[in-house]
Amino acid sequence: MRTFSQYISDLLKGISSLLKGLGVTWKEFWTKKVTRQYPENRDTLVISERFRAELVMPHDENNEHACTACGICQMNCPNGTIRVVSKMIETEDGKKKKVLDKYIYDLGMCTFCNLCVISCPSHAIEFSNKFENATFTRDKLVHQLNHEGSKLREKKKVVKEDKE
Amino acid sequence: MTHYSQPLEFTGLTRWFDSALRSVMPDFWAIFIELVIVGIALLATYAVIAMILIYVERKITAFFQARIGPNRVGKYGIFQTVADVLKILIKEIIHVNKVDKFLFYAAPFFIIVASMLTFGAIPFGKGLQAVDFNIGVFYVTAVSSLGIIGVLLAGWSSNNKYSMIGAMRSGAQFVSYELSGGFALMTIVVLTGTMQLSGMVETQRYCWNLFNGHIASFVAFIIYLISGHAETNRGPFDLPEAESELTAGYHTEYSGLQFGFFYLAEYLNMFVIAAIAATVFLGGWMPIQIKGWDAFNQIMWYIPSYVWFFGKTGVLIFISLWVRWSFPRLRIDQLLNLEWKYLLPINLVNILLMVILVLSGLTLTQIF
Repeated sequence: MRTFSQYISDLLKGISSLLKGLGVTWKEFWTKKVTRQYPENRDTLVISERFRAELVMPHDENNEHACTACGICQMNCPNGTIRVVSKMIETEDGKKKKVLDKYIYDLGMCTFCNLCVISCPSHAIEFSNKFENATFTRDKLVHQLNHEGSKLREKKKVVKEDKE
Repeated sequence: MTHYSQPLEFTGLTRWFDSALRSVMPDFWAIFIELVIVGIALLATYAVIAMILIYVERKITAFFQARIGPNRVGKYGIFQTVADVLKILIKEIIHVNKVDKFLFYAAPFFIIVASMLTFGAIPFGKGLQAVDFNIGVFYVTAVSSLGIIGVLLAGWSSNNKYSMIGAMRSGAQFVSYELSGGFALMTIVVLTGTMQLSGMVETQRYCWNLFNGHIASFVAFIIYLISGHAETNRGPFDLPEAESELTAGYHTEYSGLQFGFFYLAEYLNMFVIAAIAATVFLGGWMPIQIKGWDAFNQIMWYIPSYVWFFGKTGVLIFISLWVRWSFPRLRIDQLLNLEWKYLLPINLVNILLMVILVLSGLTLTQIF
């Protein structure tokens, strides 16, 4: 007789737990849907701040960047995405100086590991949120990150003047 | 019995068509033409219902998962299934080398014919029933259970262990649940005293079978829904095609239109189960009527009977989808436990209870 009452109580317990499950899904049926309609919602689209879409080199209003062409990013890149081309120029006071000529970044090779950004000593590069990078040919994925005619931001100018 | 005006029914049209045909040609050719037209109409209904069901299922599934679902092809994605059907029609049928050719190509037809045959006996509305057998309930259960032959053939002939295991599971499941499904319908046959589907609809004019036999009917209804759901290989009972274990189960090796047949049959079986449940338990195409309230009854009759039928069926299909997206998949031993230790014994007691209710005059129509 005990097993029979066990049977009945098991049955009722099973039914009640099934009904509870149905209740949960019933509530879910009426909740607000979370799907984002991508191409239409471009204006309101929210991309996480940390999302790594594309490597960029920020330039300020004087068309100056912070890259010293040290090449650490190039060395740290695990799959040869970055190529730093430098050139030697002569400064006004007659010193020879290595400056950035071209900063070539191949988006097609990049694994977005962020090692270049971490290792950069002068915070010259960062990942942007601009994720619509699709192109029709592969060579359009190769970007030059430093703008035309840009130059290194002179940080120590103030210090130098003090010394003189 | 008062006669209500039914402006939107097809009965007048069909009767006029029949007499028009008979006036210009001998009876044989009139019947022949009618049969052809009915066949084409049923095939068309079959395809259209399948497409609507696939769309509805995808939408409802999405809502249960807090998504929007198909919404790109046409407004609200209503042409999504049309696009899918066109795609599946023009897809290549891949010929698999080491299969049993004859059985492999025969299997999809078994499945689709089995679910197609039931359509002939389902009363879609007043006068919209192709064949009104006096053993309608028996015919429908017998024919719809033919589909399992297709599943077993598909699994066996595919020469693939996943298909084989899937088909065997499906066989075990189907044979078990066919029992309680049949018993649940038998309970209602005891209540109404007829197996004819039109007769069953007629007896439910003022009181649905679901309420007429109160406790026993309700238990039978629940058991029928569970076992019907299990027979369609869906929801928590989809272990014959458990994706995580068996790739796609018995239809792993099929492609193109042959796969489409399995896919269609799965949806149509869901519809057939819901339609039988609606006809047997919820009054079929009969509008809701209350004895003596003539004005109310007349308003109800203005809504055509096929709308009632598809409405009731739709509610049941929604319940089946709701269940599908609520519960996790059962293991094979749990599945058989549920049938042999719970549903079948309860069902046997239930049918006895129904006999007692009917004999001692305790059904609602007999009391009031």
